[in-house]
This record gives sequence, C-alpha cells and structure tokens, in this order.
Amino acid sequence: MVATTLAHTWQDLAGAALPSRRMEDWRFTDLAALAAMEPRPWTGGDPLASLQLPAGVTRLPEAELAAVAGQCLARNGCSDHWPVRLNAGARPVRLGLRVQAGAEPLQLALDAGGAGELLALHLVLLLEPGASLALSQQLSASGAAVCSLVCEARLAADAQLHWGLVAQGHSGATMLGHVAVTQEPGSSLELVTVSSGWGLSRLEPRVQQGQGAARTRLRGLQWVDDNQLADTHSLVRFDGPDGQLDQLHKTVAAGAGRSVFNGAVQVPRAAQRTDAAQLSRSLLLSDRARVDTKPELEIVADDVKCAHGATVSRLQQDELFYLQSRGIAADQAARLLLAGYCQDVLRELPAAAAGWLPTAPPFREP
Amino acid sequence: MIRSDAPVLLEVRDLRASVDDQPILHGVNLTIRAGEIHAVMGRNGSGKSTLSKVLAGHPAYTVTGGTVTYKDRNLLDLDPEQRARIGLFLGFQYPVEIPGVSNLEFLRVATNARRQERGEAELDTFAFEDLVNARLAVVQMDPAFLERSVNEGFSGGEKKRNEILQMALLEPVVAILDETDSGLDIDALRIVAAGVNQLASPDNATLLITHYQRLLDLITPDHVHVMAAGRILRSGGPELAHELERTGYDWVDQELALAEVG
Repeated sequence: MVATTLAHTWQDLAGAALPSRRMEDWRFTDLAALAAMEPRPWTGGDPLASLQLPAGVTRLPEAELAAVAGQCLARNGCSDHWPVRLNAGARPVRLGLRVQAGAEPLQLALDAGGAGELLALHLVLLLEPGASLALSQQLSASGAAVCSLVCEARLAADAQLHWGLVAQGHSGATMLGHVAVTQEPGSSLELVTVSSGWGLSRLEPRVQQGQGAARTRLRGLQWVDDNQLADTHSLVRFDGPDGQLDQLHKTVAAGAGRSVFNGAVQVPRAAQRTDAAQLSRSLLLSDRARVDTKPELEIVADDVKCAHGATVSRLQQDELFYLQSRGIAADQAARLLLAGYCQDVLRELPAAAAGWLPTAPPFREP
Repeated sequence: MIRSDAPVLLEVRDLRASVDDQPILHGVNLTIRAGEIHAVMGRNGSGKSTLSKVLAGHPAYTVTGGTVTYKDRNLLDLDPEQRARIGLFLGFQYPVEIPGVSNLEFLRVATNARRQERGEAELDTFAFEDLVNARLAVVQMDPAFLERSVNEGFSGGEKKRNEILQMALLEPVVAILDETDSGLDIDALRIVAAGVNQLASPDNATLLITHYQRLLDLITPDHVHVMAAGRILRSGGPELAHELERTGYDWVDQELALAEVG
C-alpha cells in the first residue's frame, strides 16, 4: 500500500472540529489526548492481508460495497458523528462481507501497532435471511496509535449474529469505534464488547430494529486504570412493535481511571410491546477513579416494559470476608471477586474472541 | 465427649467487642477442649452471632478487651484467612452469594490454602475433583452445584449444605456453626446434622450457635451456654437446653434484671 499524504490536522481529516466537552455527547470525554497528536498515515501495509474467509462468507463486489456502505450508519443517525467522519477522511481499509446461512466462524484481528500511526477500518456485513455468524474481532495497540473503527451490519429477517469485540490497547493509544447495526424482524444480535488498556477509548454501539420484533442482546465490559478514560455511548431504537433488548454494561475503574456510560433506548409510539432491560454496573477500585453512568430512556409507546438500573459500588466487604474466612488471602480474594464480576460479560464472547483476552486476571478465570 | 485431660483448643477470656462504636460483647468466657461439642443459645440480639464473627475476624467488629487463645496462639493477632488456615471455621448464618466465581474453583483454592498451612501438597484440578466428589457424600449434595457460582441461586438448605461441604474439605480444628439450622426444613436439617456428627472427632471441637432445641435433638452437645446481653449467663450440660425449651427465655430477663439491680 502506498502511503498517502494525510491532511495536517484532525479537523482537516474529519472535515469538522474535534468535539468539545461543551457538547452534551462529549461532556465527560476529553479528546485532548488526540488533539495533542498529529495524525500520521498508516504505513504498515494491508492489515487484512492474512484474512481468511470461512465457508459461507464472501467479499462484496466493490460496486455493491460502495452502494451499501453508510446505510446502517444513516439508519442509526450517526453518519455525521465526528469519529465516523474521521474514519471516512482517513482512507479506511474497507471490507464488505456477505454472510450466508450456515457460515463458519469468522475472525478478524487488527493491530494498530505502536508507531503513532492512524489505522482505520470500515467493515460492512450483510447477513442474508436466516444466516448466522459468530464473529470474533480483535483490536490492539502496543504503543502510541490511533485506531478508528466503523462497523456496519445489516441483519435480514431471522439472521443471527454473535459478535465479540475484544479491544485491548495501550495507554498511549486511542480507539474510536462505531458499531451500527440494523435488524429486521426475527433477527437476533448478541454484541459483546470488551475494552481495556486504552489511554482513550470511545465506543458507540448503535442498533436499530427497523420494524421491531427482533432480539438485541448487548454485553459490555470496560476497564480503566492509571489515567485512562473509556466511554461507551450506546443507542438502541425500536421502530416497530415487539422488539426485545437485554443490555448489561459493566465497568471496572481503578487508579485514576475514568469511565463513562451513556445508554440510550428509544421506544417511539410504533414500538408497542417492546420489552427492554438495561443494567449498568460499575465497580470502583480506588478513591481517585471516577464513574459517570446515565441511562437515557425515551419512551413514547404506552404498552411497553422498559427496566433500567445503575449501580456503582466497591468490592463487597461481606464477599471478601467470606472468602477470607475460608483461608483465601485478601488480595487473592479480591482477584477472585473481580474475575467473577467480569465473567458475566466475558463468558458470552465467541470462543475465538475469548482466546484473545489478556492472559492476566481478571480476564481469565483464576 | 468430655475428657478433662483433653487439650484446650479455644480459650475465650473476658472478650469484649463492639460494632460501629456500639458495645455488643460484654465479657465472654468460654473454654473449648478437643472432642467437645458446645452449644451457645440465646435470643436474637444476645450477641451470639457477634461472638462467632469476632472469633472469625470479621473486620466490622472491633475487639475492645479480653483475649482469645487458639492452641497457644493469640487468635486476635491473626487475619481472618490465617485463622481459617490454622483450622478455625465459621459456618455462616447467611452464606454469601458470589456471582461469577465457580463453586468448584472456590472450594479448591480454599482447600489448598489449608493444605499448604498443614504442609501438604496442593491439589491440582483432577486430584481435587476426586476429593470433592468423595466429600459430597457427607452432605448428599448434587455434583451439579460444583459447576454453579458460589451459593448463587442456591436455596437456603443448599447453602447450608455447601457450608458443611466446605467444613468437610477444610477439616477444621474448631468449627463454629452460626445458626446452621435456620431456614432448614426437617430433611435438610437431618442431612446437615448428620454431616456435622460425621465430622466430629476426638481431635476437633464444634461450637453450635442456635436459637432452638431442634438442632440439639440431632447433635448432642456436651456443654450448653445461654447468652444474653453480650455475656454467657449460665452454662450447663444438655439438660440446660431442654430446660430452655420448656421454660423459654423469660427467666433470662429476670436474671438479667436481678443482675442489674445487684
């Protein structure tokens, strides 16, 4: 791949100024780390050179990819979001895939390295009616890097997508990711995201059930330590009746880490009999860590079940004491409790994605 | 079984403790020898659960006076995990649910911590599974409970059986069972009591903390102590428990009132 000259600033690349904390969506998330860097083009060659497509998954022809790219973003109302614009301006690696019934598991690993470069991927998945796919996706960075990810997935009727995204970064690295999914009736999405180690990460899973009557299951775990900041802004919108959502977002905040979760659920008048549940749980491991968590439910339909909850706590003294009273040292007890806390999310990853988790606790069972 | 020459395992002298600056224990005295089964009875709020938690080292309780000697060691100097490793066991009144931590793994880590203290080799996953499967019989527990998270979604009876399973694995020297009978139906109570009887030996001791006679119908204590207002008011043999069953706790109030007047 020939290195192309990038514009000189993030603003030039995205065609818009960096979001500021005066904007509600970015209130808790400072992009200063990004502003302090100069965007440098990717020189690492084709990051997908070793990609092998399993049976049942084929590349979309270039013309078709050009025609469908952006549709899920538009349906999810995020085409204009700054990270999406940045991705478009950064000449992303584009990958369009068609998934048929009975497809074998797909693995997609992307390493942004540590040379201070910007790696951008734009992935488009089209799941045909009745298709099913287990997708394990890995993002990593080993030093200073910026990783821009835009994923779109269209789930046709009765399609099933089990999607695990494991993003393990570096305190010098930034990750900006949008995952935009549209679901047709009868389809099922399970999206499991795990992020840790990034100096700054912002992940926006967005799902639209175009006519309702689909199942959406979201599982998220984000871990911050030192001076890291992780932000998840999710949005699920039901544009028809009988849709289901089951969302659990978990946070661990250690050191002087900061964690942000904003979970929007939109249930307009057309979305009668929606059954949605959202739970945000945060664990504070230090006095200097900070957690901001906010459910954002907009419910207009009157015949719906929408539950939400948010907890912020420390490790429970009674749980620690119970383990200690069985001879387990306090630090090991704390590790066990942490691992247990994370397992809720981690055990739902597809097999290959689980294999990419950091080998240290709490990401592996101790 | 009482043998006056049996070694003293636990010696509690004038133990005083408080929680949130509220004094609860006002000078407890108790001597437990090898081979003995003791029962501490008393009403809610008499301090009997506090006694069990203080002995196990719960961080919410502050010892404000007195001594506890366990086999010639000052127990109060030790962390909760050290107390457990040298053979003190607390069966919880309300066993804690720990989501995400597998019961099997928890039992293995705990068993190995105790084995290490005793100079025995740690058990790997396979060796431990053999051991735990053998011990499951003590409490007639379904092996399926090993695969679940610690106590999560267990019924009251299953939680108590899991406590006795832990006791069977850890082979404590002094086991304190805090209201192990509460919340049990008669069948579960029989199983739990049979487990405790099976584990009792001339070399260890058991301290039962209970409200009711019904546990003591199944596990015969050598010594019965009645606790009230943070101290042991009267001690005796098994007949004391029967007397309590007949007369209730009202005489305790009278005796306390007399004590205050005196």
